[in-house]
Amino acid sequence: MDFNLTDDRRMLADTLARYLGDKYTIEHRNAVAYELPCHDPAKWDEMAELGALYALASEDAGGFGGTGFDISVVFEALGRALCPEPVLAALLSSRLLTAAGADQEGLLTGAMRYAAALSELDAPYDIADVACAAEVRGDGHVLSGRKSAVYGGQVADVLLVAARLEGKVALFEVQARDAQVIGYAMIDGGGAAEVLLDDTAARLLIADASDAIEAAQNAGIVALCAEAVGAMQLAHDTTVDYMRQRKQFGVPIGKFQVLQHRAVDMLTEIEQARSITIKAAAELDGDQASRYASMAKNMIGRAARLVAEEAIQMHGGIAMTWEYPVSHYAKRLVMLDHQLGDTDYHLSRVMSGNMSA
Amino acid sequence: MDLSYSPEERAFQEEVRGWLADNLPAHIADAVRAGGELSKEMMEEWHALLNSKGWLATTWPVEFGGPGWTPVQKHIFEEECCRAYAPRIVPFGLNMLGPVLIKFGTEAQQQEVLPRILDGSDWWCQGYSEPGAGSDLASLKTHAVRDGDEYVINGQKTWTTLGQHANKIFCLVRTDPDAKPQEGISFVLVDLDTPGIEMRPIRLIEGGHEVNEVFFTDVRVPVANLVGEENKGWTIAKYLLSHERTGIAGVGFSMQALEEVKALARKVRRGAARLIDDPLFAARIAQAEIDLEAMKITNLRMLFKAQEQGAPGPETSILKIKGTVIHQELKDLARRALGPAAAPFPGHVSDGNILFGPEDAANNAARYFNNRKTSIFGGSNEIQRNILTKTMLEL
Ligand SMILES: Cc1cc2nc3c(=O)[nH]c(=O)nc-3n(C[C@H](O)[C@H](O)[C@H](O)COP(=O)(O)OP(=O)(O)OC[C@H]3O[C@@H](n4cnc5c(N)ncnc54)[C@H](O)[C@@H]3O)c2cc1C
Repeated sequence: MDFNLTDDRRMLADTLARYLGDKYTIEHRNAVAYELPCHDPAKWDEMAELGALYALASEDAGGFGGTGFDISVVFEALGRALCPEPVLAALLSSRLLTAAGADQEGLLTGAMRYAAALSELDAPYDIADVACAAEVRGDGHVLSGRKSAVYGGQVADVLLVAARLEGKVALFEVQARDAQVIGYAMIDGGGAAEVLLDDTAARLLIADASDAIEAAQNAGIVALCAEAVGAMQLAHDTTVDYMRQRKQFGVPIGKFQVLQHRAVDMLTEIEQARSITIKAAAELDGDQASRYASMAKNMIGRAARLVAEEAIQMHGGIAMTWEYPVSHYAKRLVMLDHQLGDTDYHLSRVMSGNMSA
Repeated sequence: MDLSYSPEERAFQEEVRGWLADNLPAHIADAVRAGGELSKEMMEEWHALLNSKGWLATTWPVEFGGPGWTPVQKHIFEEECCRAYAPRIVPFGLNMLGPVLIKFGTEAQQQEVLPRILDGSDWWCQGYSEPGAGSDLASLKTHAVRDGDEYVINGQKTWTTLGQHANKIFCLVRTDPDAKPQEGISFVLVDLDTPGIEMRPIRLIEGGHEVNEVFFTDVRVPVANLVGEENKGWTIAKYLLSHERTGIAGVGFSMQALEEVKALARKVRRGAARLIDDPLFAARIAQAEIDLEAMKITNLRMLFKAQEQGAPGPETSILKIKGTVIHQELKDLARRALGPAAAPFPGHVSDGNILFGPEDAANNAARYFNNRKTSIFGGSNEIQRNILTKTMLEL
């Protein structure tokens, strides 16, 4: 047994954390995160140079990582810094391109922005519900329909679109300029897009893509869970610091036992969340990946909400303000539950796994 | 035991419901339903309508222009207003300062200030909290030094809700720096136009502007603006806190939120199925509904007690704690119901043509985050527990 990171991963974690700490300060982050394009191209290039994107893909696919732990190391650092860059979009796309056996050098160098257009309004989490329609046209395909919550779609050059072809969910590549892409900023920072397709030219990548998409989403879930762990840890550290400093009734509020115990409860949940994330990362390439990803996402959904709400409550009014960083961490922690399946969605997946076992 | 309203109360309920149906402007109800910030004009328009009916100052005695309602009538009125999506009454002048002046003010103060609250000439805001004095309000530092017929005020207030619309502020200030904290505080009325006052906006978590900081530098205020006796402001503050407590459970707002969540869950689809048919989500709604049903009765029991015994007791802290938690839970469900469509930043929820989620979806996440405030202000839920602990343990 060894819960230590390998030297390579530790180095990546440290380098990325140091870079983000110096260059992606919360002030800079807030300036980028809530206004389109929700993206800083110069920082993106620098992060790519540090290897943040190469770490997401295996050597076979042109990267130097690609395991669950490579992903979690990168995203935990992103979470601690509350980085709004579309790295999740790059991860999902990288997994899909790998499954398709397609070249992804442009993605890994950071030169090209990819986004995965999987969800729809009525199919927010379960890809089996996708309705966007593909049809053969000439010697290619065209797509019609609407994709929603396309993370990173607001700056994507290329979209990887899940659409229904002959009853199956297939994966297509669409040039963003050929679609109508309506970008927006999100309440927790970062950007996404609605994508409107109307007989839009598309290149077929995978004809029966359900498994590839599920696998990509599992990787995305590990990423989100690790991001949450990083953000929760920072929110907790900040709360504990504040409890030491903030005085009311002549004493630091950290002297009130009710707050002490609640800070401990937060920590307990964070440690549990960290553990389940490690488990999901370890299982990512195994045949139980979906089950452990669902366990992790469910627990993260619960823990992150608790940590967000308690961090605000135990700070008092100050954490309700835009100016105080914890408010932004809290928003991210809560809204993470709305990505790639929420607490209930993943609970039901674990439940049905048990029932059919 | 009889849980139903008396025939008179039922008739009153009908009257209120009918009046709201005829008089609440649709554009205002729509704005409330949409969950965004209401404009100053809308709030003023609504106050004026209520005032013309004599239903604005619900906490004031008849001789000062109140409707003379019982606690149960007040409750019915609040519930019906929520049902109809009427705006909340801005409480600072009407439900806070008004009752204080009626109890502690001079006749001159009452005659000058109260009618201007009713007719909307003045918009008051509450200057209690300071950066260093939140839960421990008695540690406030803003001080007033007497100079002839004037006080000279220096210091800072913060969290001043809707101060940007206000022309007046009532403040707690320190007038005796040597006394025990609670014994050196006075309650004064300040015109926000007075030289030396600067107000700055505070942006809240979801991006909205509803609170402010107020800085006082050598602000001169006539001694006549002192309410009650000098150094007896703490008594007034405590009295005011007990008035802040009518409707503290926010049952009407939770009923509104419950209906909204149900409507959303019927509208939102997960594939072919409606969200409300998802047993896990349906269970969450049912759970919140059960809590709310009990809360309605808890609230009525305490109203009944207040009606029988006069003043509300410390048990009202239960209403504050549980009432805010239930409402926050319902807001959590509304956000959760929307899935990814809850994410767009407020104001980015459509590009003018297409909406990024179902109708009524906009603002749900923003409302959830904004509503985290309810367990912090008006005496945080921890402070409410301390109050109850004290009466319970008598240690
Ligand atoms: C949106 C908003 C609007 C507001 N509007 C107004 C307004 O219009 N006018 C006005 O005057 N004020 C207003 N307030 C201020 C509000 O009343 C204070 O935020 C509140 O009193 C809490 O104070 P604080 O924020 O300084 O937190 P603190 O008092 O610093 O508390 C921090 C944490 O410590 C806990 N704590 C403190 N003491 C104890 C204790 N003894 N035991 C256990 N736990 C404790 C608190 O519960 C909280 O969790 C507003 C606040 C907000 C957020």
